[in-house]
Amino acid sequence: MSSPPVAPPGWSRWLVPPAALSVHLSIGQAYAWSVFKPPLESALGLDGTQSALPFQVAIVMLGLSAAFGGTLVERNGPRWAMTVALVCFSAGFLISALGARTEQYWLIVLGYGFVGGIGLGIGYISPVSTLIKWFPDRPGMATGIAIMGFGGGALIASPWSAQMLDSFGSDNDGIALAFLVHGLSYAAFMSLGVLLVRVPRTEKPVESGPSAVDGVQVSAREAVRTPQFWCLWVVLCMNVTAGIGILEKAAPMITDFFADSSTPVSASAAAGFVALLSAANMAGRIGWSSTSDRVGRKNIYRVYLGVGALMYLLIALFGDTSKPLFVLCALVILSFYGGGFATIPAYLKDLFGTYQVGAIHGRLLTAWSTAGVLGPLIVNWIADRQEAAGKHGPSLYGLSFGIMIGLLVVGFVAGELVRPVHPRHHVPAPREAADAQRQQPA
Amino acid sequence: MPSDSSPPSRGGLIALAWLWVGTPLAYGLYELVRKATQLFTG
Repeated sequence: MSSPPVAPPGWSRWLVPPAALSVHLSIGQAYAWSVFKPPLESALGLDGTQSALPFQVAIVMLGLSAAFGGTLVERNGPRWAMTVALVCFSAGFLISALGARTEQYWLIVLGYGFVGGIGLGIGYISPVSTLIKWFPDRPGMATGIAIMGFGGGALIASPWSAQMLDSFGSDNDGIALAFLVHGLSYAAFMSLGVLLVRVPRTEKPVESGPSAVDGVQVSAREAVRTPQFWCLWVVLCMNVTAGIGILEKAAPMITDFFADSSTPVSASAAAGFVALLSAANMAGRIGWSSTSDRVGRKNIYRVYLGVGALMYLLIALFGDTSKPLFVLCALVILSFYGGGFATIPAYLKDLFGTYQVGAIHGRLLTAWSTAGVLGPLIVNWIADRQEAAGKHGPSLYGLSFGIMIGLLVVGFVAGELVRPVHPRHHVPAPREAADAQRQQPA
Repeated sequence: MPSDSSPPSRGGLIALAWLWVGTPLAYGLYELVRKATQLFTG
């Protein structure tokens, strides 16, 4: 066990966001896994379901390691967490390189999926608590920067990995070399975070628990027993599901919507639409999360969920009549999707304090894992059923959009139910605890 | 002139750290913009 690295006098808090970004920009590579799918399928004779397995295992491990490793991250500090993330994420690529070289696909599933997935989960939550402590005045902006990095990671990895496969070849040796270069490069890149991250200096030992001046503080174990945690769980799950509703089928959706119009959408234009959605997702993470510092967390989630439902309604009713309207509404929905992810740590800090906010955030990310299964399931299943029923064009998606609106309304109601946490869940400050003990009858 | 006990300036380190993460992000954004323009030209 290690002790958190305390900042020396004069250490700038502006060194902490790049430390966080070096980790999030790396682990965000997970969303670019699809680049490796076609080469793996042809080199190792896999089908589409099999080649998706390493990514799926990685996302499940992300949720599990963030949920169960959060308390360890709080106890050992961000440097320990970033080191674990670096070792696991890079080792995942190195094991996968061995798997590709020896044509043992199970090694790729184990390496990228299981080992690398642990790196994703621990890496995702590693800087959250530290950033909030460094930026108590702007927690939304600070966590927005880091979580924007997770979106940005795929933007970097997608063209970079594709260029590498072009250079090395798409056979198993080329894939192995690409995995090896990824593992080594990400290890070097993430080392900046390990070297730079520091926790702010405090007047008390870090492990001593919260003090009275810290305000409301709730432990991770106690937080999951509060209705506030579960309301936010529903809010995040519904918001993410609604975003995935667009993301999952973005390219075929815009093509289907304007197939019968005078200006049908080409494959390359649809790819441009998907890229634009990624930009909106990323911009929403930093933009909306920073805005929440000014307008308040509850209000911003009202916008994400309420205006998000309105955007879905506009697409459903008028989307096929105007391409700019369709694109604009989809961009707004995706910006809310990103904003929802990035604002949640600051909302948790408002409700539960900074004491174990990273661990609480880790537990809440199970909502993401659930939405990751729920969203694609709803959209794909309904679109397939509608197609089988002989529907085409925008009518393929009408029912999905109706369900998304319903889910956003459920999220909105859950958001309205969030109230300050009851004092019985608060962690008593050491002095209050001592007073309470003195007042106990002998 | 700063005294011996004053904390060192971190300006260079801050610039280097942001450059470290900003460079690959700028590359990713450039590729994104290139692809996104296809929506209007493709």
